[in-house]
Amino acid sequence: MAARPPFVMQRPQKDRGQREPTGHARNWVGNGWSFLAKLLVMMLVNAFGLAAIFSAYNADSWVILSVLAVLLALANWIYFSRRAIPLKYLFPGLVFLGAFQVFVLVYTGYVAFTNYGTGHLGSMDQAVDAALIQDERRVEDSPTYPLAVVRDGGEVGFAITDAEGVVYVGSEDEPLDAVAEAAVNEAGVPTEVPGWEVVPRAELFSDPDLQNEVTSLRVPVSEDAEDGSIRTREGSSGAIYTSSLEWDPQAQTLTNTDTGVVYFASDRGRFVSEDGDRLAAGWYVNVGFDNFVRAFTDAAYAGPLAQVTVWTFAFAGLSVVLSFALGLFISLIYNDPRVKGRKILRTIFILPYAFPAFMSALLWRGMFNSEFGVVNEWFFFGAGIGWLTDPWLAKGAVLWVNLWLTYPYWLLVTTGALQAIPNDVLEAARIDGAGRWRQFSAITLPLLMVSTAPLAIASFAFNFNNFTIIYMLTGGGPAFPGASVPLGSTDILISAIYQISGVAGGRADYGLASALSIIVFIVIGLISIVAFRQTRKLEEI
Amino acid sequence: MRKNVGIGVALLASASLLAACGGNGDAEPAEVETDDTETTEPDETDETDGEEDAGGDASGSELVVWSDAERAEAIRNAAADFEADTGATVTVVQKNFEDLRSDFLAQVPTGEGPDITVGAHDWLGEFVESGVVDTIDLGDRAADFEDVTLEALTYDGQLYALPYAQEAVGLIQNTELVGEESPETWDELIDMATDAGFADRPIIFYTNGPEGDQYTSYAFQTSFGAPVFVQDEDGSYTNEVGKGGDAGLAYAQWLYDNGSAGTGYFSDTIDYDIGNELFATGESPFIVQGPWTIPTFTEAGVDVAVGPIPAAGDETAAPFVGVQGFYLSSQASNALLANEFLANYMSTDEAQQALYDADPRIPALTAVAEEVSSDPIIEGFLNSAQNGVPMPNIPEMGAVWDFWNPVQIALINGEDPESVWPTMVENVENAIAD
Repeated sequence: MAARPPFVMQRPQKDRGQREPTGHARNWVGNGWSFLAKLLVMMLVNAFGLAAIFSAYNADSWVILSVLAVLLALANWIYFSRRAIPLKYLFPGLVFLGAFQVFVLVYTGYVAFTNYGTGHLGSMDQAVDAALIQDERRVEDSPTYPLAVVRDGGEVGFAITDAEGVVYVGSEDEPLDAVAEAAVNEAGVPTEVPGWEVVPRAELFSDPDLQNEVTSLRVPVSEDAEDGSIRTREGSSGAIYTSSLEWDPQAQTLTNTDTGVVYFASDRGRFVSEDGDRLAAGWYVNVGFDNFVRAFTDAAYAGPLAQVTVWTFAFAGLSVVLSFALGLFISLIYNDPRVKGRKILRTIFILPYAFPAFMSALLWRGMFNSEFGVVNEWFFFGAGIGWLTDPWLAKGAVLWVNLWLTYPYWLLVTTGALQAIPNDVLEAARIDGAGRWRQFSAITLPLLMVSTAPLAIASFAFNFNNFTIIYMLTGGGPAFPGASVPLGSTDILISAIYQISGVAGGRADYGLASALSIIVFIVIGLISIVAFRQTRKLEEI
Repeated sequence: MRKNVGIGVALLASASLLAACGGNGDAEPAEVETDDTETTEPDETDETDGEEDAGGDASGSELVVWSDAERAEAIRNAAADFEADTGATVTVVQKNFEDLRSDFLAQVPTGEGPDITVGAHDWLGEFVESGVVDTIDLGDRAADFEDVTLEALTYDGQLYALPYAQEAVGLIQNTELVGEESPETWDELIDMATDAGFADRPIIFYTNGPEGDQYTSYAFQTSFGAPVFVQDEDGSYTNEVGKGGDAGLAYAQWLYDNGSAGTGYFSDTIDYDIGNELFATGESPFIVQGPWTIPTFTEAGVDVAVGPIPAAGDETAAPFVGVQGFYLSSQASNALLANEFLANYMSTDEAQQALYDADPRIPALTAVAEEVSSDPIIEGFLNSAQNGVPMPNIPEMGAVWDFWNPVQIALINGEDPESVWPTMVENVENAIAD
């Protein structure tokens, strides 16, 4: 494009624009209605986009706001410009691609290099907040005082009434001091404090900034910090709390003032003391390639993950090969015109395809139950065979159910492909004296492979990540006996990732799970590239 | 032109989806709002908007509470007084119970979480480590709550949530088959069932199929003196694993003896549905289950009695007590208001009664619990719970289940207790040491 002289592109367009209206709804002449419709749609898009931008603004999410703004501006430019014709068709697709593929990929990549997971979910500031919250305790014998929030200009303070009815008032810098001539209501809450304005509760609750100030305000009981300070949680009562942790933002340390222990911010996102004591709350940090290294070298993970990987390949490969073979076998039989009632029979064979996969998996789980399941009852005379509890039988059961679920697909595909093979080729082979097997292996199968091999690769990739069947049928079980990670013999990589990510509850390690997903992505990508290259050779037949 | 319209619509959809799917990133404006509009009653939303426009009058503020479907209505009812008194609006966002935990963990750090969420007490450890919950102070009200509920929601000496319900499994029996009297020991139970003609299947020991389920059977383990973690004298758990040693082995041996290699009472074939079905059809006179299964049985026409779980070892059988509570977000935008709501409205007898009526679990307030236990079935579960201990709320508990459940199945299937049990204890200790 760039090499072309510019006039080649511009001149015809200009000429056409002057002579006759174009069909692209760019002006009123001729196609006014379509322009109106476009205007309407763009108005909707803009209205919606602006609404989304405002809600992003309200939520302070600046990244989303800027992305939305750029997209909206782009959309307007593209659909009102005369130049960006290809983009008119590509833009929505590109937005989808960006939102659902690129963003997810980039974000997964980012998480893979952090320790994001249980105990490392927030920022360091939030961890400090949490540590301070968790450390602050109510003084054990502290009574609950009726309390009012008071204000003097910009300064906020508390007024409390003690058991004798004496009102004390103080603020962050001034410890509590008794005031004379204060008025209290029947609940003991101060209603008038000389020198201070009592903040009405209604006002307190309607002002989030003031609420924040009040919840974080600590009014010292006396000059001595050891005595603790008054805090309130709901603005109508207070109690004495003490805190022993002190945050030093300069040195990034938390110091326990009682014991003198200093907690340093470690590079693993924890506050750790010199003796190895750590505070509960942590934050997430960049850990470099740790997660990738751990997946391969950590003794706890490496062994089970290696087994899981081998089984993943076996499962995906066998699933494709077996279901392809069975589907082809059935379609060969029912492709023969001598078979009566072929349509009905084919329909019956395709039935499993009509069931949702996860329902089928659940049903099969019930049928494989060793005591109550029909498999044992009908076919094995009530023998209590533990289909789902023995590691090898469970693998077999998973393959069997997957075969049952997927052979109809291959039946459909190969039936179509068989009918596309020209009959004269086979006839010629027959005349040349080729037997049935020879016809099949030398002509039918290779011709079939040309159209089905890419589908087989896609099917392999799908089964490589076939989470549903594993999760619904065995849940990855039976567990590896004695292994120190909770994985089992039918776990494939994707279900192992799910287990490690801890979404189901308990300990989550999104960092490690993301790292593993990236490895899976790379593996599938490599296999697909190699396999598609190989299938090109098939076409040369 | 048709194409252009299509693209416009697609763009519209993509813009909305983009806004909605930002949740993977660091902020999530759209999703939370969608939830609100979906779940709040329409007139309520309108009202809120109107009031916000009007400004002033203490009504601008809004409390966002996350809840599951069962309790949403009860919270709305309990919030009516609060709304009338303060003028604030309480918006109850309805979510799946299973999603509450992970959504809360993910969204509070981004500032998009609610002010308050309903939750189970065993989420607490993870919440504390992730710094997403604030402490609460019940003040003098604390004495009115059942001890075990406060204990369960206490972490490292601090109370983090307002308890409102507790639940524990109990021994449910079919009174038509074995009478009203609850057995006191395991042997007594077996004798009663055998006399009634159920020597093959004296008890349904719900094991969650081949995945194992130590939750329901935990009481038997404690009766051998092998708690999951050692408890110190004030009842809080230490991180010392208590399942090891001879006591743990005795329990393992008991499982083995009653599994496929022994009496065959336990098997890995019974899951939740099969177990309930067997009991409801009178195939077995006893089952260990929670209060939530009672409607299934009564609807099937079974007359049930509920009692504490009998001891198989020498000590009291102590089941896990699960406690439900209201957590306050550490990033709540209206902390003062949220505290007011929890401390002065949700902890009242009326609110707890309303929650009980909406979703019958034993109330955490002693007075309300006593009132509702005029029902003998609730009383049975309350008795069982009073023997119980809170399920540990440390985050490592997730790892504990992962090792503990498969071992139960291995033992039931006849593997040697001497080898599998100590390995499991070691794995748990390693998982906790991390």
